[in-house]
Amino acid sequence: MSLEQFTKRDVSPEYIFYEGETKPKTGWEFFKRGFSRAIKGELFVGLWIVLREMFAKGNTHTVSYPQEKIAMAPRYRAIHKLLRLQESGSERCIGCGLCEKICISNCIRIDTKIDKNSRKEISQYTINFGRCIFCGYCAEVCPELAIVHSGDYENASEQRAHYGLREDMLTPLDEFKAKKQQEFPGFGAISDDADSFVKKTPLAY
Amino acid sequence: MEWAIIIETVIKAVIVLSVVAGMAAFATFIERKVLAYMQRRLGPMNVGPHGVLQLAADGIKLFTKEDIIPQHAVKPIFKIAPVIAPACAFTAMAAVPFFPEFTVFGYTVTPIISDINVGILFVMGVASAGMYAPLLAGMSSTNKWALLGAARTVIQLLSFEVVSGLSLLAPIMMIGSLSLIDINDYQIGGFTSWLVWKQPLAFLLFVIAGFAETNRTPFDLIEYEAEIVSGYATDYSGMRWGLFFVGEYANMITVSFLVSIMFLGGYNPLWIIPGAIMILIKISAFIFLFLWVRAAWPHVRPDQLMWLCWKVLMPLALINILITGIVLI
Repeated sequence: MSLEQFTKRDVSPEYIFYEGETKPKTGWEFFKRGFSRAIKGELFVGLWIVLREMFAKGNTHTVSYPQEKIAMAPRYRAIHKLLRLQESGSERCIGCGLCEKICISNCIRIDTKIDKNSRKEISQYTINFGRCIFCGYCAEVCPELAIVHSGDYENASEQRAHYGLREDMLTPLDEFKAKKQQEFPGFGAISDDADSFVKKTPLAY
Repeated sequence: MEWAIIIETVIKAVIVLSVVAGMAAFATFIERKVLAYMQRRLGPMNVGPHGVLQLAADGIKLFTKEDIIPQHAVKPIFKIAPVIAPACAFTAMAAVPFFPEFTVFGYTVTPIISDINVGILFVMGVASAGMYAPLLAGMSSTNKWALLGAARTVIQLLSFEVVSGLSLLAPIMMIGSLSLIDINDYQIGGFTSWLVWKQPLAFLLFVIAGFAETNRTPFDLIEYEAEIVSGYATDYSGMRWGLFFVGEYANMITVSFLVSIMFLGGYNPLWIIPGAIMILIKISAFIFLFLWVRAAWPHVRPDQLMWLCWKVLMPLALINILITGIVLI
């Protein structure tokens, strides 16, 4: 594509310019406009539409909230969750600290230590939800799909720190054993046909 | 004998006051429901089955809410203004015959508090005097929105009053009486004798003027939220605000009765339907029309209201009177 096509400012062939209603000038034109507006029946079209909607069944848009809830979209970014590994049930988080690093509002705090097998282990993981802007960078950058966004948007509580501690976010063990841990289908998740892309490691070198 | 009349009048007045106030209060619930369904919502749902007890909840809230009077308001007028609205609306009902005559224990009851011979003039006059309520409320509030609302009240009064008076003149010329009972009896000959067939233009003009008189939607410019917050009622809270509300709905009921009696055959029986049921059907239909129009139509600007009333409706009313006069001669 040449530069001329980018720098072209003349949009006239694609755009239709609306000049607006022609304003009546003479008294006769005023009268004609008023008459046509009065006779046209636009007002009665409006009356008919609202009456039709009144008697139509089941077209209400109201969600009676505490009784009914809307299913959240997979990519909805509400309160975070820390997931467990499907096989072993231990934490997915490897303490790499990428989420802490990328967090643009500096609200994630990770403390790590070296455990007795000399592996890195997280001892503390908190998110300050007073500062979190739910941008989703932490979930996006996480190499293990350990920190993800859940769909839990009901987070009124008595304490400022609630929902942001590691115990709150980590899938509880009993819930995990009941296979209730939902896999995160949002950004970075494994696609449904991921198995078909698995290839044998070429060892013939 | 005089005592009997006084007692009867007092009983009638108490019944009218309580029943119409109850109807007015219930109309608020109906309005919320009808508007909600027309706008694809549900309306009040939680208090009682489908929210029918919402009325009680609103009443408790209104009665127990703190009554705030702004520091710099003209206090006596600010306090008295809300009373004027329902007082005038209910006083106007004194000359309105609600039902046909009926007999209780051999005693004939005429369901009208006072059959005065200038009934229609009295009703229109007192209902218009009710416009003092928004006017005084707005002027005493020391609030610019309220003041604008008060100014618009005057505009509205100047606009619709001419139309409603002149549009009623033509049917009154045909009937020859101002008493609402005579007007009703004029249409006693069934469906075809309704005045709406003889005076369709006057009917239309009076309905339009009625919408303006009750501040209903195409002409709700004195309390239009998008422009002047709540108009004259911006500073009011609690039951003082509730009184304005009751007055508005009582006015709607009065106008519905007036239109039904003047043009739609009043409380005359139709076919096998008795008269009392007929007039209830008619006023219910009219109240529904008020709500229906509110859901469907946008409102007009003050200058458009004046333009409509003075340049369109008033000449039409005059032409109507002229034609009626020529035909009558």
